[in-house]
Amino acid sequence: MVAARASRTRSRAACWSAYIALLPMVLTVLGAYVGTMLWTARVSVSSARIFPTGDFVGIGQYERLFRNARWLLSLENLAVYGVLFIAGSLVLGFLLAVFIDQKVMGEGTLRTVFLYPYAMSFVATGLVWQWILNPELGIQRVARQLGFEDFTFGWIVDQDKALYTIVLATVWQASGLVMALLLSGLRGIDDELWKAARIDGIPVWRVYINIVLPLLWPALSTALILLFALVVKLFDAVVAMTQGGPGTATEVPAKFIMDYLFGRANIGLASAASIVLLTTVVAIVAPLYYARARAVQRGLK
Amino acid sequence: MKRDAIRDIAAVPVRRKPRKLTPARIGVYGFLVMAALFFLVPLYVMLVTSVKPMDEIRLGNLFALPASPTLAPWRSAWQTACTGLECEGIRGGFWNSVRITLPSMVLSIAVGAVNGYALSFWRPRGANALFAVLMMGAFIPGQVMLYPLVRALAAVDLYSTLPGIVLVHVIFGMPMMTLLFRNYYASLPEELFKAARVDGGSFWRIFLELMLPMSTPVIVVAAIMQVTNIWNDFLLGLVFAGSDNLPMTVQLNNIINTTTGERLYNVNMAATILTSLVPLALYFLSGRWFVRGIAAGAVKG
Repeated sequence: MVAARASRTRSRAACWSAYIALLPMVLTVLGAYVGTMLWTARVSVSSARIFPTGDFVGIGQYERLFRNARWLLSLENLAVYGVLFIAGSLVLGFLLAVFIDQKVMGEGTLRTVFLYPYAMSFVATGLVWQWILNPELGIQRVARQLGFEDFTFGWIVDQDKALYTIVLATVWQASGLVMALLLSGLRGIDDELWKAARIDGIPVWRVYINIVLPLLWPALSTALILLFALVVKLFDAVVAMTQGGPGTATEVPAKFIMDYLFGRANIGLASAASIVLLTTVVAIVAPLYYARARAVQRGLK
Repeated sequence: MKRDAIRDIAAVPVRRKPRKLTPARIGVYGFLVMAALFFLVPLYVMLVTSVKPMDEIRLGNLFALPASPTLAPWRSAWQTACTGLECEGIRGGFWNSVRITLPSMVLSIAVGAVNGYALSFWRPRGANALFAVLMMGAFIPGQVMLYPLVRALAAVDLYSTLPGIVLVHVIFGMPMMTLLFRNYYASLPEELFKAARVDGGSFWRIFLELMLPMSTPVIVVAAIMQVTNIWNDFLLGLVFAGSDNLPMTVQLNNIINTTTGERLYNVNMAATILTSLVPLALYFLSGRWFVRGIAAGAVKG
C-alpha cells in the first residue's frame, strides 16, 4: 500500500520532469511556429510598412501583391524553376541510380563523386557555377579558344535564359541525393522480380518503367518532398549566382520577401507574400505527404 | 517511418560480379564516366583556378592546368580579401562559423535528445499533438518566421548576437533533431526502460545514465547533419548573426559580390574552397555516416 503510493507519487514527479523537459519544445512550437505564423498573418492584413501597426485593411496587401509585377514574375519564375529543377533532379538521380546499380566497378567512388556537391552550401556552388558560366572567362571562352569563334554561351547574362543556369547549378547539387535515396529503393527490390521478368522476356526498360518505378514510390515521394522544400527555400543560389538579375529575370519569392522585409521596409506586403507562400506549400506538401504515408504503410503490411 | 531504409542507404552493399564487356556495358560505363566528369568539373575548376596567378586566368583557359602554381591566392583569401568594408580575409568568418556551429550543434542535439526521450518513453499527455505541430513546422517557409523572430529577439536584446543566432539555429533544427532521436529511442526495447523505472530511476537519471550512453550512433548522425546544415546556412546568418558574427558563407558572398575593381577570381575560388572545406572534409571522412544523416533528414515522418 505504502509502496504503491510511493511509486505513484514518484511517477507523478517523473511526469512533471517530462513536462519540464519538453518546455523548450512547447516554447518553440507555440512561440516560433504558431506565434510567428499568427503574427505574420495579422501583419499581412494591416497597412504596416516599417513598423507593425494594429490597423486592419482587409485583403488590401494581397491585392497590391497580386498587382505587383515583380511578385507575379517571381511566382512564375519559381513555378518554371520548380518544375525543371524537380524533373531534372529526379531524372538525373534516377538514371544515376539505375546505372550505378548495374554491378559496376568503382561503385563506391562513383557514389562519392555524385553526392559530394550536396555537402557544399548553395552559396558556394552558386558562385562556382557563376564563374564557369560567365561568358568572359568560362565555357564560352574555352570554346572560342578551341577555334569555335562564334560559339556563344551567355545564358547567365541572358534575361530569357538566366533562370536555366540556376536550374543547372542546383540540379548538379541535389541529384546526388536523389540517387542515394533511389539506390536504396532499388536495392530493396527482390532479385526474384528480375528473374521472373527475364523468363517472361520483358525488355529491361519496360521492367523499369512499369514495375520498378511504382515500387520505388516511397523513395520517390521522399525525394519529391525534399526537392520541393528546396524549391520553396530557393534564395542562396540566386543571390550567389545572379542576385535576381539580369534585371529581374531570376527574382524568386524568397528573395522578394527578403527585399521587402529588410530592404524596402514594407513588412505588410512581405507578410502577405509569406502567407501566400505558406499556403502554397501546405497545398502541395499535404497531399504528397499523405500519399507517401499511405504508401509507406502499405509497404509495411 | 522506414528506419530500415535509412540503414539500407548507408549500408548499400557494393556488388561485384565481373561480366563480359558487351556494348551495353560500354554504354553503362560511358554514361557513368560522363556523369562523373559533369560532377567533377566544378571541383577541378575551383582547384586549378585557386592556384593560378591572375595573368594566367585573364589570358588562359578555364580548364588548363596552372603553368606557375602559387599559393598566394589562398593566403590572400584567408588574410587580406575584403569582405565588405573590412579587408582581413575570410578567417574571421571561419572562426565566426565555428563559434556559431559548435554551440548550436551541441544545444540542438541536447534538446532533440531530451525531446525524443520524453516523447518515446514518457509520453506525457498532449505531447503527440505537440510533436505533430513541430513536424509541420519543418515545412513552414522560413520567411514566415523571419521578421517576427527578429522582433522577438530584439525585444530580449538577443538580435545580432551570438546567443541569438545560436538560439535561431536550435529552433530551426528542432524538428529534425527531435524526429531523429524519437525514432531512435522508439527502436530501443521498452523493457529496458521499464526495468530502470522499477529500479526507481528518475526521469533525468534514466536519461543520463542509461539512454545517453546508448545513443552514440544517433548522436554522430545528428552531429554530422547539424554541422553541415549550420555551417552551410546563409539566410539565418545573414539576418540574425549581426555584423560581428557573420558566418563564413555570408562573408564569402560579400567577398565575391561586392568587390570593386578587378575581380580576383583566384582569391574568390580559394575562399570558396575554404568555406566548403569543413562540410566536405566531414563528408569524405565520415562517408556512410554522412549519407545516413542526410537520408535520415530526407525520410521525415
